[in-house]
Amino acid sequence: MPQAWFVFKKEVTAYFASPVAYIVISIFLLVTGWFFFSTFFIFNQADLRNFFAMLPLIFAFVVPAIAMRLFSEERNVGSLETLLTLPVTPLQVIVGKFAAAVAFVAAMLLPTLAYPASIGLIGRLDWGPVVGGYLGAILLGGAFAAVGLFASSLTRSQIIAFIVGTAICFGLTLIGRILFFLPETIVGVLAYLGADHHFQNIAKGVVDTRDLVYFASVTFVGLYATHLSLREKN
Amino acid sequence: MLNTAFKDKTMIQVEALTKHFGTFRAVNGISFNIARGEILGLLGPNGAGKTTTLRMLTGLLKPTSGTIRVADKSIADEALAIKRMMGYLPESAPLYHDLLVFDYLRYVAEIRGLRAEARLDRIRQLADICQIGDVMHKPIGVLSKGYRQRVGLAHAMMSDPQILILDEPTSGLDPNQIVEIRRIIRQIGREKTVVLSTHILPEAEATCDRILIIHQGTIVADGATDQIKRSAAGEHRIHLTLANADPGVVRARLEAIDGVAEAITETPINGTLPVVLVCRGEADLRGSVYREIRQTGWDLLEFYQETQTLETIFRKLTRED
Repeated sequence: MPQAWFVFKKEVTAYFASPVAYIVISIFLLVTGWFFFSTFFIFNQADLRNFFAMLPLIFAFVVPAIAMRLFSEERNVGSLETLLTLPVTPLQVIVGKFAAAVAFVAAMLLPTLAYPASIGLIGRLDWGPVVGGYLGAILLGGAFAAVGLFASSLTRSQIIAFIVGTAICFGLTLIGRILFFLPETIVGVLAYLGADHHFQNIAKGVVDTRDLVYFASVTFVGLYATHLSLREKN
Repeated sequence: MLNTAFKDKTMIQVEALTKHFGTFRAVNGISFNIARGEILGLLGPNGAGKTTTLRMLTGLLKPTSGTIRVADKSIADEALAIKRMMGYLPESAPLYHDLLVFDYLRYVAEIRGLRAEARLDRIRQLADICQIGDVMHKPIGVLSKGYRQRVGLAHAMMSDPQILILDEPTSGLDPNQIVEIRRIIRQIGREKTVVLSTHILPEAEATCDRILIIHQGTIVADGATDQIKRSAAGEHRIHLTLANADPGVVRARLEAIDGVAEAITETPINGTLPVVLVCRGEADLRGSVYREIRQTGWDLLEFYQETQTLETIFRKLTRED
């Protein structure tokens, strides 16, 4: 599907053509940098555990902000009309836009590689969890991007798309942390739904199929819901 | 109306097309055919269902009922193949504001499946035709409405499509640009099928081979421009202004002329008497009216026949009842 590739290319161009991209990346780096290094030297351990521990929470805000414009803007400007009369299928459009959002997440994570690189210089860093952590971050970013894409397809307002997307991602992140006051019978089911839990598993450097399946299914559900929402429009 | 003899030339075939939005009937069972190489104007007041009809033709909206066939393909089953043959310019050319004009046109060329070597040539060509060469490296968001409209036209014409669907193509353009766009449309219309919507009558008259007047979701007139004019010409009016005339006598004498259905005298203003003659049939009565007046002692101050413009027909057909 070369069409999806063209959509992807155009979306990436559009991302970096607007100042929003640079603002989001700067804020992300500032927040993660501050939280990470403010405690790093107190713990005096050469690992990135703190960085990855808070990543799901930060992603729950940042990734929906990245995805919010993908369909909302098209709805608002009306260009969805032009796009859907071009010889592309909605699936190709969704895949292209989703891939662009994931690429943006990857671009945002790229500068943070300076953390493990510099820590590796001053201490003995275990690279297993670092590789796992970045793999998990991409999977998590993908899942949240799919959710954000769906939120974006619902409305012409980017603000609403952002709030809806954040609410869902935030819920997925926190669900694992609020289980302690729930009856034990449903804890098992709900624990599986928590994005944080699966992400931390991978970030330990253990790549388990269950975690991969989790992220794949959240992504799939998000993209499929987007497809339904686009079809519903006409 | 096209008869069966032209069937092999039919490009778009619309049958009993209906679209409801909730309880609102935007389009209500319209049927028409469009021949290859025809420029069809959809004419109607705001909210008549023009845009909805065009959106269904492009496959953007699904009809509530009815069928659309393009080049003998069903739009429901072969949407992608039909989209490949079609270029569409939505109303007010909604385009990505952040992208540069050139980046946008390249994107359209890619999606339209132009070969990599052909893309640049085609963009250059379109820049010439639509005269957008000097804004190629500006973001679309900063362009004036006229330029944006022309970029939209370039977008629609990218793959040299068999069918061009234009929703209010000249809205927001200045008079010079309007003339230019009309020229482009007429030029394309020589080989391609063009469907355009407008609520500006002179526009339809100037560009279209055939006009379809839509009102409240139904077709109220369909035919070539002069054909529509003739069909609606069942009645026409002659206006007179007389002096030194008695209203009663004027009515009696003028109504006696063969073909005059009614002579309406209005209140005299400063001794002059405005008269309206309602005439039946297509015969030109100006000669006999003048001969009649010449035999009297009236002074003839004004004498003209109301021309049947598309405008009057349009008003007659789309009057709210």
